[in-house]
Order: sequence, then C-alpha cells, then structure tokens
Amino acid sequence: MSDANPHPATALPDPASALTPAPREAIRVENVTCAYGRNVVLRDVSLTVQTGEILVILGGSGCGKSTLLKHIIGLETPRSGKVYIDGQNLTDAQGAARRNILAGFGVAYQSGALFGSMTVLQNVMLPLQEYTPLDAPARELVARLKLRQVDLEQYADYLPSELSGGMQKRAAIARALALDPGILFLDEPSAGLDPITSGELDALIIRLSRVLGLTFVVVTHELASIYAIADRAIMLDKSVKGILAQGKPADLRDHATDPRVTRFFNRGAV
Amino acid sequence: MPAASTALPPIASLELRRDDAGAVLYISGRLDAPGSAQIWPQARQLVHGEIRVDASAVTYCDGAGLALLYDVIQRGATVEHLPDRYATLLAQLDPTTPLKTAPAVVSPPFLIGLGQRALAAWQQLYQAIAFIGELSAAVALVLRNPRQLRLGETLLHCAKAGADALPIVALVSFLLGVILAFQSAIPMRQFGAELFVANLVGLALVRELAPLITAVLLAGRTGAAFAAEIGTMKVNEEINALVTLGLEPVRFLVLPRVLAVTLMAPLLTVLAEVIGIFGAALVLLTFNIPLMTSAGQVMDTVGFTDYIGGLAKATFFGFGVAAIGCLRGLSTGAGASAVGNSTTRAVVSAIVMLVVTDGLFAVAFFYLGW
Repeated sequence: MSDANPHPATALPDPASALTPAPREAIRVENVTCAYGRNVVLRDVSLTVQTGEILVILGGSGCGKSTLLKHIIGLETPRSGKVYIDGQNLTDAQGAARRNILAGFGVAYQSGALFGSMTVLQNVMLPLQEYTPLDAPARELVARLKLRQVDLEQYADYLPSELSGGMQKRAAIARALALDPGILFLDEPSAGLDPITSGELDALIIRLSRVLGLTFVVVTHELASIYAIADRAIMLDKSVKGILAQGKPADLRDHATDPRVTRFFNRGAV
Repeated sequence: MPAASTALPPIASLELRRDDAGAVLYISGRLDAPGSAQIWPQARQLVHGEIRVDASAVTYCDGAGLALLYDVIQRGATVEHLPDRYATLLAQLDPTTPLKTAPAVVSPPFLIGLGQRALAAWQQLYQAIAFIGELSAAVALVLRNPRQLRLGETLLHCAKAGADALPIVALVSFLLGVILAFQSAIPMRQFGAELFVANLVGLALVRELAPLITAVLLAGRTGAAFAAEIGTMKVNEEINALVTLGLEPVRFLVLPRVLAVTLMAPLLTVLAEVIGIFGAALVLLTFNIPLMTSAGQVMDTVGFTDYIGGLAKATFFGFGVAAIGCLRGLSTGAGASAVGNSTTRAVVSAIVMLVVTDGLFAVAFFYLGW
C-alpha cells in the first residue's frame, strides 16, 4: 500500500522499557455497554490494561468475554462508552486514523482464522505487504523470523489445513506479531488443545511478554492457562452484565467472597 | 505494494568506512519497517562475506530491523556494539542459524507424473461410480421402504429448486422465445414464411432448448448451491457426524436433493416451453399472425414423441445436475477455498455433462426415428 504506516499507534515497545518496566496505560475501556439489538450483554464496563501486562478476561460460557473483546478491538461498536488504545480513541476513529490504531495491535482468533488459500508464510507476510514499505525478500525474511519465534519456521510453506490446531494458533500469533504490535489480543488460545500444546502456547505468551514487553489481553476460561499466564484476571458474569471480580488469579481463588467466583475457580464445587 | 522508500525522510542510514582493521559498515537511526526498507537494498549490495557492522548508533530496532541484522549476519557480517536491549532480542532469534525451510518440491519425471495424473483420473472415476452405486442402493432402499425417504427435506428442496426458480426460468425462456422468433423471422420473411417461425421455435424449444436452458439454470443455481452446502458441511465435519451417527450421507443428504431436482426439472421445462412459445407468439403478433394461429402451427408441428423426448432429457439433466452438485460437495477438501473449488467444479462438470448427454440423446433420437 502506498499509505504505508511508519509509526503505528502502538509499536513494539522499546525493549529497554520491557527489561525495566515503566508501565503506562495501553488500553482503557470507559463505561462500555455492549448490546446486540435489545439484548444488552455487558453494561458500563470499565477497565484499564498497563503496558507489558497480561490481562485475562474470564468467566462462564455466555458471560460476554468474546463480546467484550470484539468491542475492544473495534469489530463491534459499543452501544455507549469509548475504547482507547494507547491513548487514541478507537471507537470514534475513522479512515486513516482508525487504520493507524488497528496497525498497533494484533489479534489471534479462536479458530486461528488463517486464510486457507494462502500458505502460512503468505498469511504472515500479508500485513507486512499492506502496511510496510519493505520489499518482497525483506518481507519474507521478517515473516520467516516471526515464524521462528513461534517455532513454526519449517512449516512456512504449508497450507493452514495441513497444520494441527496448536500449530494454527501459533501461526495466527505469528501473523498477529507481523507488524510488531505493542498489544496482542488472544481469543481462547488454549481451546481444543491438548495440555502439552496448551502449556507450550502459555510459555510462548509469557516469553513474548517478558522478552518483547508486549501487552496481552487473553480471553479464556482454561484455569491452567489462567494461573500460568495472568498478571491480572477480570471475571465477567452474565447475572451482573459486567465485571464480577478482578485481581491476581490466585487471590481470586483463595480470597474471593463471592460464591460465583469461588465456584468458577473450584470447577463448580463450593 | 510497498510505498517507495525514497518518498520517506531518511530514518536510518548506512555508511561504509575503512579503518586499520578493514571495512566497517555503520548502521544508524531507527530500524523499524520504514527505516529498514530504506537501507536494506544497499546493505544487500555491500555485505558479501566477512565484514564488521557497527550498530552502536541504532536508536530503535523492531522485528524488521532485527530481520535486517539477521540478514547481514547470514551474509557473513559480524554485528558489533548493538545496544544491549536490542542485542537481547537479536540473540532470541538465533541469528547465526540459517532458516529451516521445507525441501523444495521436485516435479516428478514425465512418466511418473503421467501415471499420477492417470491414477487421479481413475480415482475420480471410481469415486463417481461408487457414488452412483450408493445412490442406486439408497433409491432401492427407499423403494422397498418409502418411510426411509426424508419427505419433508425432499419437499423443501422441491420448493427451492422448483418454485423458487420459476421467475428466472420464466424470464429466460420468454426472452429466448422472443429472440428466436425475431432472429428467424427476418430471413423467413424474405420467403413470406413468417408463419413457420412458430413451427421452428416450437420444435426447437420443446425438443432442445427448453430442457437445455432449464438444466443450465439448475446447474448454476441449484447444483452450485448443493455443492456449496454439502461442501461446507464436509469442512465443518457434519458429514463425519452423520456417518458416526450411522446415517448414510447419500440417503440422508443426497437422495432428497437428487429426487427433488429430478422431479422439478421436467416441470420447469414444461413452463419454459409454454412461456418461450408464448414469447415467440407475441413477436409473431407484430407480424400480424394471431396467437391462435401460432398455437395451431405449434400443435401441428410438435408431436408426442418430441414432447416426451424433451421431458425425458429434462428429467435426466435434472438428475445429472443434482447428482454432480452433491458429488462435488461430498468430495470437498479442507478449507474455505475448497468449498469454492467444489462449487466451480460442480457447475463446470454439470455443463459439460449437459452438452455431452445432449449429444448422446440427439444420436439416440435419430436412430429411434423420433
């Protein structure tokens, strides 16, 4: 594209700050109400995420986790309220300004959402082709190194359908990392994966967060993943249509007074 | 396309200097995607074999910059004085290890390739024969036990393939009748034989064009829909779910569709014939030939065997279009593009089948004296 974006809103943080964190606000969700038609799913939700933080959004099925994620990343427009990414208003942004904000974060969807007609390498190269002035050999090298970061470099020329579920999710993360975003959103990264692959994915998230200083927002209800990766967890509940509790997962498990939180962390047992 | 790097202000720079120890390449500035894009082509030209690269003046380095440094290291350079914070990131990429790539796919020798193509063709033929066998078995089962037929599903597909197709079949056949009448009236008028345009159009529509055009519309509309619908079910593993539930996909999915289209194709053909002839008659009205006269001409010309032959073709065409659509759907591979491929193949195969079988019908009717 000719309107290459040299400075996305949220570029890869300076590793200096990653090594010696100086957190600032990466995401601010301000009184957001999410609704589909007359069905209000979440009401007046507010939260902030600091740079370098791994925030997990959790809750039972149907509580609005994925809905909240879709509203934060701009796939859905909030009924009311605003979403700010790196201080910029995504909710009201249009055109080039919106494109600039979108280039500042990456999203890995639950199914991977890789483009089936392209190889894994082409999937990762696509955002580089659209957003950067790099020439073709440079784009390919950047993409191959992204795949190396997620241990998929030898599968670069495979089609997504030739990869296992865990590999597809890692490839999706590589594509989300292509533009060196400062923020990565992951929707149910562990869903459907065996414990070993799920553990490897958790390790990858932690590594990317610690080494690159990335901010992660992860939607999941896999307890093992939550304990492994989360700096902080936000629990949504459909009865309150919003945030029921938040804090470190271990604190929520051990000290929560609300029975709904206790039941969640104890797999239904009170 | 990438933006021209020359359009951007210099973000990063590259300078080759020589000191006592030899050549040193100095990289400075911001090594993000735009900065790297500015200096990367020059770096490729300058770095061939061992050379020292001084990166002490790099002020920022993201994935693109790290890839640039990786590239120069792979070309034989040694990167020195890169600020620690970026050196940590570069080390994570293991820059001295070349990229692992899958071995290049080597085209097989001609004979092996020919054999592979022949095998693939045979497998397709085998698949088609097996499909016809399964379909025949399903028909036999339903004939023995009619309750095995999913009647509701069949009627639903009758409505989709038949009733919902009425407007488009009516429009196309009307226009076909009008066009045929106009095109044939011009030369026939020279001989004062406009009256026989009705005979010509009637015979052409009943014997040939109405069954064919109806079948082409069914192929584009219904056959493609079957391939896409069943193909999507295959991709979503719904077909596997049917099999593991002990339900044969052919009886459960294919038979209602094939039966519906086989029944609807002749009915649509009758409609196409009537409306096409009506369209031609309207044209002849402008030549002062009354509607009743045109109708009489058609009745006199089109015989019972013409009519039955046309309907027989329409029935077979309907069966073929539906069966091909379902077969292509069932043989869908993985991914969204596979569904698109199946849909395309369903339409193309159906049209080829129509042309070939129409030719066979023509030969058969010739020998039967129809």
